[in-house]
Amino acid sequence: MAPRALAIIAGALVIGLTLGPVTAVILRAEGWSALRPGDWQALRFTLVQATLSAFFSVLFAIPVARALARRQFRGRGALVALLGAPFILPVIVAVLGLLAVFGTSGLANRALSALGLPELTIYGLHGVVIAHVFFNLPLATRLILQGWLAIPGERLRLAASLGLSPRAMWQVLEAPMLRSIAPGAFAVIFVICLSSFAIALTLGGGPRATTVELAIYQAVRFDFDLARAAVLSLIQLGLALVAGLAALRLSRGEGFGIGLDRVVPRWDSGGAARGLDAVWIALAALFLLVPLATVVWRGVPGLVLLGPEVWQAAGHSMLVALGSTALCLIWALPLATRTGEVIGLAGIALSPLVLGTGLFLILRPVVNPVDLALPVTALVNALVSLPFALRILRPEAETIRRDYARLRAALGLTGWAWLRHVLLPRLRRPLGFAAGLTAALSMGDLGVIALFADPDNATLPLKVYGLMGAYRMEAAAGAALLLLTLSLGLFWGFDRGGRVGARA
Amino acid sequence: MLELDGLRWRAGDFALEAEMQIAPGDRVAVIGPSGAGKSTLLDLVAGFRSPEVGRVLWQGRDLGPLSPAARPVTILFQDNNLFPHLSIARNLGLAVRPDGRRPDAAQTGRIGDALARVGLSGFEDRLPGSLSGGQQSRAALARVLVQDRPVLLLDEPFAALGPALRAEMLDLVAEVTADTGALVLLVSHDPKDALRFAPQAIVVAEGRAHAPADTATLLDDPPPALRAYLGH
Repeated sequence: MAPRALAIIAGALVIGLTLGPVTAVILRAEGWSALRPGDWQALRFTLVQATLSAFFSVLFAIPVARALARRQFRGRGALVALLGAPFILPVIVAVLGLLAVFGTSGLANRALSALGLPELTIYGLHGVVIAHVFFNLPLATRLILQGWLAIPGERLRLAASLGLSPRAMWQVLEAPMLRSIAPGAFAVIFVICLSSFAIALTLGGGPRATTVELAIYQAVRFDFDLARAAVLSLIQLGLALVAGLAALRLSRGEGFGIGLDRVVPRWDSGGAARGLDAVWIALAALFLLVPLATVVWRGVPGLVLLGPEVWQAAGHSMLVALGSTALCLIWALPLATRTGEVIGLAGIALSPLVLGTGLFLILRPVVNPVDLALPVTALVNALVSLPFALRILRPEAETIRRDYARLRAALGLTGWAWLRHVLLPRLRRPLGFAAGLTAALSMGDLGVIALFADPDNATLPLKVYGLMGAYRMEAAAGAALLLLTLSLGLFWGFDRGGRVGARA
Repeated sequence: MLELDGLRWRAGDFALEAEMQIAPGDRVAVIGPSGAGKSTLLDLVAGFRSPEVGRVLWQGRDLGPLSPAARPVTILFQDNNLFPHLSIARNLGLAVRPDGRRPDAAQTGRIGDALARVGLSGFEDRLPGSLSGGQQSRAALARVLVQDRPVLLLDEPFAALGPALRAEMLDLVAEVTADTGALVLLVSHDPKDALRFAPQAIVVAEGRAHAPADTATLLDDPPPALRAYLGH
């Protein structure tokens, strides 16, 4: 009885915390008249940038994934692992790195001007799309790589024995695989980019490059027009739900990808194909690694410039990250079932900004929302991370329950003994991994906190953004390096904690 | 006395009926074609399944309302008899203290005795995975010894062992249960095992669990339901 009751409480909390803010938003929204002309432009920009971002991510992922699928080289494993890294990389850190490469005086522009070519600008549509491709090219590559590795070996052997030309290979094997995988990858990335906030905040802005999420933020923070924020939230909610459902239908929903370390043996890959594959792998690696390397490079001298307020913000971020990790795991354990996983998806259907706006509307009559900035951020981060945690925990939790339910019943173990001596120790590895992801995601989050916070309770990502806004780029780089270190450190620490001493 | 009183269980096309009495201390084999319901019969006694009609009684008391752990019954499964991440001592500790607390001195003594009885003294701190197949079976047997219930169900727990090791384990079970006076029901696929271990046997076939009969007679002159299975 007790575990069931816990599961019901946990599920009810998820549903209440998602439907509650949505209801608050619906009640507050008075009608379309609250919108301004710029808001419709924001809707259009949101759709355009998401389409372009998804299109380019998938387009470039195809040759990169093909090259990774059929080449074995030193560092391949590290590169495939690196493709998982953007998931836990704080957005603001990546943005700083991209600015260093593609910004006004960045590496790319220096190279262009040396060649006498016109400079490119990172602000506006370009920059938003480049940053989205930076984050989602790896995801698309992993998804498509899975498709490539899923082509049965016998078919490749058959193709080789028939002596199919590259063109025939493409028609017979590769194009059908891509037709089944690419639309799903496109849809997933489209959905992710729809609720892009931090990237639009830093690289977009202005009337011509504002997303709906950014418009919500501006309505709350600058205009204090909550009615308009509510209507915008409804638009965002509708967009995300429609696109999310479409994506669920199109994608087969594999996220973390296991077993990508296999190389498909192929017999059609000599000569020119080999050179082309090398070029694609090198380009992808450069595109992903150079911005990160510049963050580290520029950040080291900035570390000495960090004032006490940055360290204070880092402390806030650690508190938020650890709090939301604890909350997320306590939430996830009773929900690690099939039904629980479906309920947990509620968190991902809503953008943090919509949730945040709803919570803001609920809290404002009672308390000053600014006072609750950190707890609310931890709560929303836990809710948003819950689907990922459940995805990681559920298979293992179900296996444990299936294998040991009868022994548990035969011994008559109490719920506490089961949790303490069986479930938790046996779930150690996935718990560590889930905790690492949640902590890193929460550490780097720049979403809800922007709605609620003032300088006194800023988190580290917000502080980095503030330093950038004040054109203190060296200090910003130092704080970004600190943020990167803390995020990766949290992930590494938790994940490692789950592995060390884990018994078979 | 273990009594199956008008017991009937059904799931889809599958049905099982049983009507029998078994005296305390008896060793009884459960034989019959696979899929006939041998494990189902044990599950009904252990409380993992509930009968559609009928009762399971022990010494006149209806076990129906009792959970598996509350019944005077313990069971060895085909696998997963021990938690692989816990030491042998901790595994046996959970069997005497299902609330997860540390066993007291008397209970620790019982655990030591049980391990000594199955020849595993000194294995307290080992993980199950570091033991051989035969040793794991012995550790599992120690687990049911510390549970100390008057009815022991064996659902082919030694199936993965070779014939010699299996015979050795069955002899050990016969020996230790002779001391404790436990009633033993043994599901077996091997007529030789049944003959070696159990003077009596229950034939489960064609939806019915027949009352125990002399094992040697059953195997020498099998009823039609058993004949095809044995290949006579």
